[in-house]
Amino acid sequence: MSRPAVRVSGLGHVYPDGHRALDGVDLEVAEGERVAILGPNGAGKTTLMLSLNGVLTPTTGTVTIGATTLSRKTVREIRRRVGLVFQDPDDQLFMPTVAQDVAFGPANFGVSGAELTRRVAEALAAVSMTEHAERSPAHLSLGQRRRAALATVLACHPDILVLDEPSANLDPQARRELAETLSPLAATMLVVTHDLPYAAQLCTRAVVLDDGRVVADGAMADVLGDTGLLAAHRLELPWGFTVGR
Amino acid sequence: MSAGHPRPLHRDGDSPVHRAPAEVKIVCLVLVVLAVVATPRNMFWPYAIYAVLILAVWRCADIRLRWAAPRMLIEVPFVVLAVLLPFSAGGERITVAGAQLSVSGLWAAWGIVVKGTLGVAASLTVAATTSARELPVALSRLAVPALVTSMLVLMIRYLDVLGAEARRMRMARLSRGDSPRLLHQADALARGIGVLFLRSYERGERVYLAMLSRGFDGRVPELAIGTARARAVDWSLALLPAAFALTVSASAWVLR
Repeated sequence: MSRPAVRVSGLGHVYPDGHRALDGVDLEVAEGERVAILGPNGAGKTTLMLSLNGVLTPTTGTVTIGATTLSRKTVREIRRRVGLVFQDPDDQLFMPTVAQDVAFGPANFGVSGAELTRRVAEALAAVSMTEHAERSPAHLSLGQRRRAALATVLACHPDILVLDEPSANLDPQARRELAETLSPLAATMLVVTHDLPYAAQLCTRAVVLDDGRVVADGAMADVLGDTGLLAAHRLELPWGFTVGR
Repeated sequence: MSAGHPRPLHRDGDSPVHRAPAEVKIVCLVLVVLAVVATPRNMFWPYAIYAVLILAVWRCADIRLRWAAPRMLIEVPFVVLAVLLPFSAGGERITVAGAQLSVSGLWAAWGIVVKGTLGVAASLTVAATTSARELPVALSRLAVPALVTSMLVLMIRYLDVLGAEARRMRMARLSRGDSPRLLHQADALARGIGVLFLRSYERGERVYLAMLSRGFDGRVPELAIGTARARAVDWSLALLPAAFALTVSASAWVLR
């Protein structure tokens, strides 16, 4: 069996105020796999996401990306390989123009000159935002800002893409456009959400996290079809939805 | 949301002043303002020359007086202070239209008004011809500490976000019957400002995490997609107004 793209073992995280957000999480994700991390508010989804590229340091356990285990020495390499797209694009887009923001990541990782320009153009094209390159993020719609935030991460050429609530507050058309942008991407993908239909649209496997632990892990249809499991962890499909197997 | 609104102080254009690298314009502005401030205040002719100089640059940058005048109202509070000075200052007095005015107060008021106006006009020239995206690169080229540059960049970006948040909170207060004009409801306003501060603080943390996860290590990298670096010819051309202003200031000291 080939090496998993992401291997998390015994991961625990305790915040300075004593709150235990993650309590022994074990997770393996194969290369190219698309996994939804489901769970109610406060389940530890965002903490897990921030631990995957070393923005938060695990209190216990290890995070391994490919062959590299997260440590003080490898954190830079891990951050290049694991791209996080935050829920609120206004947290991610901080430069005066979209193009400058997209260039920020690769420039931090040492890309410059013509290669940087090429990466920016490529990432903007991948999210259909080329014509908005020179605009300020303040002048874009939420859907456009979320795609721009995705471009800022794609420009770093990550192996693993982690998206936090990608569909939050998007209108139906923007939701569809984002899904169409994400579908052709080759990267291994982790989608943190409690929007179950969107998770089913994007991913093939579902991991349910509650109270800092993995409580279910299986094929999307199996997890979403188990109404008892969903109900026990404050998850439910919207009214009128059923899971096609 | 402020969608679609251009920055109120920026004026799009393609004049030689617009094309000049931002770092050159910033240095030029600082020198001109220094020259104006250093000029003795009890004279008239140097200020007339400065005004002509600024108007000439405006003409070159296609900045109309009608566009600039309302934006210069920012100095009004200082003008009010200046108007009070001739009445309040002591020393020798003269009678103007029946009012006893202090001579030193009049000169002080003149100094404040003329230096303030010229300073605001010069700053407006740079603001009108420099877009926000050129600023971070220009400042880092001028060896401004990265901390200051990133603070400025973040301020430019998040002022809009913060403004939109404040407007939404105000709407929510008003729609629940709040009337900010009433004194007893000032409490709600004060709490609103406190909440806004907390939210901005939390946003600051999230922005920092997002920057960290894209490899940020404390310094803003030079983004090659900005404007070209200033050449010697840019510096010599664009510093002409500054050199001229400094000469005027020096001559004023010699001739006074």
